[in-house]
Amino acid sequence: MLILEAERLAIAFGGVRAIDGVSISIAAGQVFSIIGPNGSGKTTLFNLVSGIYTPNDGSIRLAGETVTGLAPEQLARRGLSRTFQNLQIFSRMSVLENVMVGRHRHERTGILADLLHWPSVARQNQATREAARAALARVSLADVANRPAGSLAYGALKRLEIARALASEPTVLLLDEPAAGCNPVETQELDHVIRSIVKGGITVVLVEHDMRLVMNISDRVHVLANGRTLAEGSPEQVRSDPAVIEAYLGVHGSQEAGRAFD
Amino acid sequence: MSLRALLQTRLSTAILVAAIVIVLPLFFPSAYYYRIGALVFIFALAVVGLNLLMGFAGQVSLGHAGFLGIGAYSVAIGPVHFGAPSWLCLFAGAALSGVVAFAVGRPILRLKGHYLAVATLGFGLLVAIILNNEAGWTGGPDGMSVPKLTLFGWRVLGADAWYWIAGTTFVGGFVLAINLMESPTGRALQAIHDSEIAARVLGIDVARKKLTIFIISAIYASVAGSYLALFNAYITPDAAGFLRSIELVAMVVLGGMGSIFGSLVGAAVLVVLPQVLTVFHEYEQALLGLIVMVFMIFLRQGIIPSIAARVAGWRKC
Repeated sequence: MLILEAERLAIAFGGVRAIDGVSISIAAGQVFSIIGPNGSGKTTLFNLVSGIYTPNDGSIRLAGETVTGLAPEQLARRGLSRTFQNLQIFSRMSVLENVMVGRHRHERTGILADLLHWPSVARQNQATREAARAALARVSLADVANRPAGSLAYGALKRLEIARALASEPTVLLLDEPAAGCNPVETQELDHVIRSIVKGGITVVLVEHDMRLVMNISDRVHVLANGRTLAEGSPEQVRSDPAVIEAYLGVHGSQEAGRAFD
Repeated sequence: MSLRALLQTRLSTAILVAAIVIVLPLFFPSAYYYRIGALVFIFALAVVGLNLLMGFAGQVSLGHAGFLGIGAYSVAIGPVHFGAPSWLCLFAGAALSGVVAFAVGRPILRLKGHYLAVATLGFGLLVAIILNNEAGWTGGPDGMSVPKLTLFGWRVLGADAWYWIAGTTFVGGFVLAINLMESPTGRALQAIHDSEIAARVLGIDVARKKLTIFIISAIYASVAGSYLALFNAYITPDAAGFLRSIELVAMVVLGGMGSIFGSLVGAAVLVVLPQVLTVFHEYEQALLGLIVMVFMIFLRQGIIPSIAARVAGWRKC
């Protein structure tokens, strides 16, 4: 079953065609990676799919329904969540509270109940807290739950964003460069986390520069260059595609890559 | 339990604030002190509302005295021109402020930072100008006298009576505020403060949450304005003026953004200090400014959060 489809998406910023006729279709339960050189439009594609930008052209379907032009909060309620390349942490709140915010779409209390702290609010808070703790445990952050979020190390913050998104129980999770700035140990942890997310039945769409991570865990890889699709296929197909190697890595880079994958 | 943790449990803070209201009069040598106490709680009520908007949701308002003015003139115009009971006008004023906040908030809460500040500033000026110009209704710049509040046949006159009314209402408003912050809505508001985009991708309707808290904070200010008018028995457009708005913001920042208890402290400092400083005659205003500067330099997060952080720091040592 196709969970997320984009058809001939296009958006231009002041005449620059950042994304130009890109189509993707992602089957449920896959790890689908989007790669490409800097400026090739990966994050723009993410911003289109998650509703932050509205496409000039093309359409997006989530679980078969057309969702083109819906706002991020509306998409979130339909089960699409994401993380950010430049961290978007609620730094004034504790680690646990950050993840509790992720439960928002499942919380059912009104403003009056919240003001008067009706028993339903206390029950809701308790349920939210437990679900948030469970999400933190999935990314091995349970023991720092009560620390201020701003005090965590970079790699931990990356995982905190994932936990927060997981707490919203998405069907599709977009991860925007989760390994950027992480050391090899943190990247290894991330590999485990993503595998466990997929095992839980969530479709993962990944934008990533760390080729080792991408090639390890992806079911399919989509290559962008200058806002257009360059290639798509299994990691093996993409890795050996001469057009990809040349356009994406350059002649010198292709030698480097060859070493990295050995 | 650390001071911070203690301040964070809802019940203990509520009890602490109620105790302050009850115990304080034991140290009052004269009725004048009741008057100051009542003013502190009236302003603190407005400041709690503004703090919900500024300190928690991170949305600045430089026109909040506009809502103070709507509340104040509701209990002046209603009884004088329509013969309506003051208490009813207080509720009507609060409802009107809510409606105005809805109408004004929808377009301007899209704006961010300085742009929102200027838009709210414009709203405050607008209210003040209307109150100045509609002299037939409001008495113009000279203001108008406000009939005394009558509750169940009892005419509320003395400063001590107003102390208890304002104190009780403040405790109520305080409890509602801390309830809100420990609820799904409160968490959503704090999330909006730090990252609107992250809040949105988690399913939070940011525009709606901002509007909700703007309306709530307007109602707080409106009730405070009504109390102020009834208590002083007189009201001028200055109540809705720019300086009043700035004073409310200063109280929020001085007491501590995001600290509900800090709202009481901020209001207390800026109400009491000018009274104390009158002995310095013409230097009063200058000294007030100096003291506020010193406070902000040494307690830069505001009085309560800075002290809480220091205490937590000492405990670690």
